[in-house]
Amino acid sequence: MSAPREERETVTKATAAIVGSGNIGTDLMYKLLRSDVIEPRWMVGIDPGSPGLKRAEEAGLTASSEGVGRLLGAARPDIVFEATSAYVHKENAPKYRELGIQAVDLTPAALGPAVVPAVNLGAHLDAPNVSLITCGGQATIPIVHAVSRIAEVEYAEIVASVASPSAGPGTRANIDEFTRTTARGIETIGGARRGKAIIILNPAEPPMLMQDTVFCSIPPGADRDAIAVSIKEVAAQVAAYVPGYRLRAEPQFDDPTQVSGGLARVAVFIEVEGAGDFLPPYSGNLDIMTAAATKVGEGFARRILSERS
Amino acid sequence: MPYSAGLDIRVTDSSLRDGSHAKRHQFTVEHVQSIVAALDDAGVPVIEVTHGDGLGGSSFNYGFSHTPEQELIKAAVKTARNAKIAFLMLPGVGLQDDIREAADNGASICRIATHCTEADISVQHFGLARDLGLETVGFLMMAHSQPPEVLARQARIMADAGCQCVYVVDSAGALIMEQTGDRIAALVAELGSDAQVGFHGHENLGLGVANSVIAVRAGALQIDGSTRRFGAGAGNTPVEAFVAVAEKLGIRTGIDTLKIIDAAEDVVRPIMDGECLLDRLTLTMGYAGVYSSFLKHADIQARKYGVSGAEILIEAGRRKLVGGQEDQLIEIAVALAAKR
Repeated sequence: MSAPREERETVTKATAAIVGSGNIGTDLMYKLLRSDVIEPRWMVGIDPGSPGLKRAEEAGLTASSEGVGRLLGAARPDIVFEATSAYVHKENAPKYRELGIQAVDLTPAALGPAVVPAVNLGAHLDAPNVSLITCGGQATIPIVHAVSRIAEVEYAEIVASVASPSAGPGTRANIDEFTRTTARGIETIGGARRGKAIIILNPAEPPMLMQDTVFCSIPPGADRDAIAVSIKEVAAQVAAYVPGYRLRAEPQFDDPTQVSGGLARVAVFIEVEGAGDFLPPYSGNLDIMTAAATKVGEGFARRILSERS
Repeated sequence: MPYSAGLDIRVTDSSLRDGSHAKRHQFTVEHVQSIVAALDDAGVPVIEVTHGDGLGGSSFNYGFSHTPEQELIKAAVKTARNAKIAFLMLPGVGLQDDIREAADNGASICRIATHCTEADISVQHFGLARDLGLETVGFLMMAHSQPPEVLARQARIMADAGCQCVYVVDSAGALIMEQTGDRIAALVAELGSDAQVGFHGHENLGLGVANSVIAVRAGALQIDGSTRRFGAGAGNTPVEAFVAVAEKLGIRTGIDTLKIIDAAEDVVRPIMDGECLLDRLTLTMGYAGVYSSFLKHADIQARKYGVSGAEILIEAGRRKLVGGQEDQLIEIAVALAAKR
């Protein structure tokens, strides 16, 4: 009887499958392997020759190139991390839901509620499916939230600068999806009344680190010191799960001018250096997604484990 | 092969788009009506009207528009009798919905710009523009930063996506004569009859007209300029000077030389806040290969933080910033101020 062994393991850690054996899935695997509450046990791809599947095997995971259907026929992970594409996730999501497997969606499919760990993870710990929005959203929405909890933010705008080699073909083929999804997250999670997102790809060699700038409008009489303190506090909360996340300068305040739309504003400059688990450190945009996925997955895992014990 | 039976090349005037940078995006409907009427009367075949950073450019990062650009486009369409109205958009800044709106407002040429190594982010936008029945132009920005063969490959991506004319865009005003000719020739060789080739010059090294003539000799069929240089940095190739030179060289532009000279002096100049000058900052941009639109932003940050505008621009060049990264100039100024 193998049941007792299974039981002992699942009490210690929740089990997880990573669907998608590309760069993101591989980087995520290395992060999950360090987790105290998640055991990544399966990696699913579609290409038997995928280097990601080979690495998964080497790391002791069960690797399969036969897709999600085969995985779910043979195993029942507690959590699945989807690192495929929006299209594939839309196909897979109902299967996870039917089996009661919680899904962390790293694609832009945006089926479930959007989650930024530093802002609203607690509200969605039992959601069947959560969306991680976009890399730019993960980096900037916490800052918008930090400002909007102190002062009304009528309008927030973010500029994400990303090194060209870290922008994959999916992002490139549908860049409007990035800007629209991020802008929506700035509003719904960040708390701005109107949001706008801009993305710039920079091909400089050596590649630049991911850099994000957040502009938030603030009322003329807003308490600027309290806003600055709030920004630093939230940045530290993000840095707790994304170690390479930092402010590049003090928050900068501007009074209204002719070209500021009559609005006073605060500007915040962020840099995200990747942990280099698998992806190169310049691709902080990808690292923040896998780090956020890990943080969300751990939130799920703790809830699952507490219900089991 | 000439552009058409009547024209050797087609000129697009960008005063009401690139000039938006120099005007800090404060164009009004009246400005647009005056300039479009004068240029149209002089025979300018295409007039571009948009926020300087393209559709959706009105923002903290680039400066908010005084009047929504779609209102300006409508006014231009209504005013023009012969000229076609074009607009610019940058994927990552504007959206497909913005293109739809501009088309609904009567603009007929969609110009889509990317940094010159990132053409593949424009594919969905070219597809939409063609579906809407718009004429399409592609902009490979900061073209000085890449060799001819790289530009040619990027031009191929745009042409395959539905772009009908790919421009070599000298956003930094940094290209020098043969460098322009070599790039145009590489695109002409790559694109053949699949798409035309164009050139968009700036005056940061004082070579806008010379580079444009060389571009035409290398096979460019479309040339951009701005009347009275009304544009970013030291300004664009002055349309009136280019037209005068073209006439003397026997290059048919369809533009009346004396009328465009008058339009520059009597209509465009009074709307400008000041002449676009080749001065310390703008020459530095051409010299260091910096995106021309950074000029006003560097100037503002230099004043706010009490640092040198030229130093900000040189650091922007050292960091290899591309078009759109205006936000970084603030951080550079803060860092320069902290160093003192």
